[in-house]
Amino acid sequence: MAERPIRILIAKPGLDGHDRGAKIIARALRDGGFEVIYTGLHQTPEMIAEAAVQEDVDAVGLSILSGAHMTLIPAVIDLLRKKGLDDVAVFGGGIIPEEDAADLKKAGVSEIFTPGASTQDIVAWAREHIRNN
Amino acid sequence: MTAPARKAAVPERRFTTVSDMEVEPCYGPADVVDADYATQLGDPGEYPYTRGAYPSMYRGKLWTMRQFAGFGTPEDTNRRFHFLLEQGQMGLSTAFDMPTLMGYDADHPRALGEVGREGVAVSSLDDMEILFAGIRLDQVTTSMTVNCSASILLAMYFALAEKQGVPLERVGGTIQNDMLKEFIAQNEWISPPRPSVRVIVDMIDYCAKHAPRWHPVSISGYHIREAGSTAVQELAFTLADGLAYVQAAVERGLDVDSFAPRLSFFFNVHNDFLEEIAKFRAARRMWARFMRERFGAVNPRSWQLRTHAQTAGCSLTAQQPLNNIARVAIQALAAVLGGTNSLHTNSMDETLALPSEPAVLAALRTQQIIAEETGVINVADPFGGSYAVEALTDRVEREALAYIDKIDAMGGMVAAIEEGFPQREIAEASYHFQRQIDRGEKIMVGVNDYLVDEEQPLELLRIPLDVERRQVERLRAYKAARPAATVETRLRAVRDAAAGDANLMPPIMAAVQAGCTVGEISDVFRAVFGEYRDPAWM
Repeated sequence: MAERPIRILIAKPGLDGHDRGAKIIARALRDGGFEVIYTGLHQTPEMIAEAAVQEDVDAVGLSILSGAHMTLIPAVIDLLRKKGLDDVAVFGGGIIPEEDAADLKKAGVSEIFTPGASTQDIVAWAREHIRNN
Repeated sequence: MTAPARKAAVPERRFTTVSDMEVEPCYGPADVVDADYATQLGDPGEYPYTRGAYPSMYRGKLWTMRQFAGFGTPEDTNRRFHFLLEQGQMGLSTAFDMPTLMGYDADHPRALGEVGREGVAVSSLDDMEILFAGIRLDQVTTSMTVNCSASILLAMYFALAEKQGVPLERVGGTIQNDMLKEFIAQNEWISPPRPSVRVIVDMIDYCAKHAPRWHPVSISGYHIREAGSTAVQELAFTLADGLAYVQAAVERGLDVDSFAPRLSFFFNVHNDFLEEIAKFRAARRMWARFMRERFGAVNPRSWQLRTHAQTAGCSLTAQQPLNNIARVAIQALAAVLGGTNSLHTNSMDETLALPSEPAVLAALRTQQIIAEETGVINVADPFGGSYAVEALTDRVEREALAYIDKIDAMGGMVAAIEEGFPQREIAEASYHFQRQIDRGEKIMVGVNDYLVDEEQPLELLRIPLDVERRQVERLRAYKAARPAATVETRLRAVRDAAAGDANLMPPIMAAVQAGCTVGEISDVFRAVFGEYRDPAWM
């Protein structure tokens, strides 16, 4: 039986409406052969964790440009783990200063992509690091 | 004289604008065949205003230098306002935080982590009063960037004016209040498009009668461009939004000349120098013709498109951020040569954080250098008659009109938004641009070429995490001290107006005066008008 394609949830936590990046990444990953589910804007951490369960995803990509990343990204990780999704990789992108990115990685984020990252790099990273759970 | 020969010097390389519009190697008289001066251009200050809204342009009045500012608590932003005014800024411009922009109080669970981070937190009239402490509202003009909760914030500003003893007739400024572009690009909303437009018409009507110096809508292309549109799409969708508001107000029974002179615009100004100048010139000509020919406006002030401009945040790079000073200067110069009436220059550090004070100062100084040192203010529309700029102006206009025809055929912008048309067009353009960058077909200096091994870090503005706690505590104390019965009565009056046809502004004014908050009044909108959800088009 062929292995099922890797499924990625692209999510926008928080209240900011900047979805240019999220939509580009979603589309680039889809063009790169992944199955992509996009949540749309204004998601709470609970909504994202629930979608991750419902959609049975292998990874969650969080796009956030409101400055609330230090609150919202750890909240999503916490809820995913509580729901038993220990193998789901979490990656992020947005206006995230380097020191914050380092702290987020310590908190369980696999990778943080900041402005200027190319879609090829992100797709290549996903191919290498996201495993079919 | 014949047109210059057209042969691309390097056939394999495409020469295109940042919007990927292919341009000729050289333009000549054959490219501007329709150039009947009086019909197409007119002198500055004359219909159709291609060459500028006013006859003497910057000799008569410099553009307003208005830096968008807001972060942390109202006290924090009040200090930044005083700093900017001391540095020679001419008007204020308020950035609110995400909860305020989405109609939530600082103590709402959805505000968690967002209070004061992307702008200043304002939940109550009390916050508004602190924000403008020491500033008389008849001494400055203020721009407020807020949309779905705009009616509430404007009511607070007007209530504050009354408290200061300033009559509403003397209060000048602008509130963005452009909901259609929210559904298209910026994505801050409470209720669906149709009730949102109704609230906007209430505000247009109220301001025309009571606050004649106020601009009740700033029809905005800025966010459309930031979401990844081309210059043509920015122009077309912005004007189509404007047409929808005018249509709605006229259908309400308002005389077009009673409100159209107070409509203002807000465009992005990106890197592509000639395309941007052409866009500003085309915008004025198109709007003048729409207002005169489609709506029968007779007051020349209804025909004039007056606009604020902001340099393109999306053009800035996190890599080698000092380079952003150069980008901003070039963009600002394009806006001035395009005839903008007001300008915000971005700070070099804005891809990394909200701007620090030294970065804001360099951005403001950039405008002052253009005004005081370059000499460009001496001559109105210096590019008028340039073969290239006139040909591009005509082309941008032609392509934008084709979009507007399409939107008209769908039944206007509200219907087009409900079908997802502008949203999809922008997503397509945005993805196309990103692919061009990723393939190296377009160069962003410092991002996909001209890289350096080691970046020099900048000193960034950090918002302390305790801002949220302090705001929440103050709001809770404020709420507890209000007369509960009055709060309830005033909220009910807002609900009755929303459910019926009465203008919403008077009951919202009364509600904020009684201490009702942004979140409470927005909850009334949610209950009566319903909530809009992102269709999540990819």
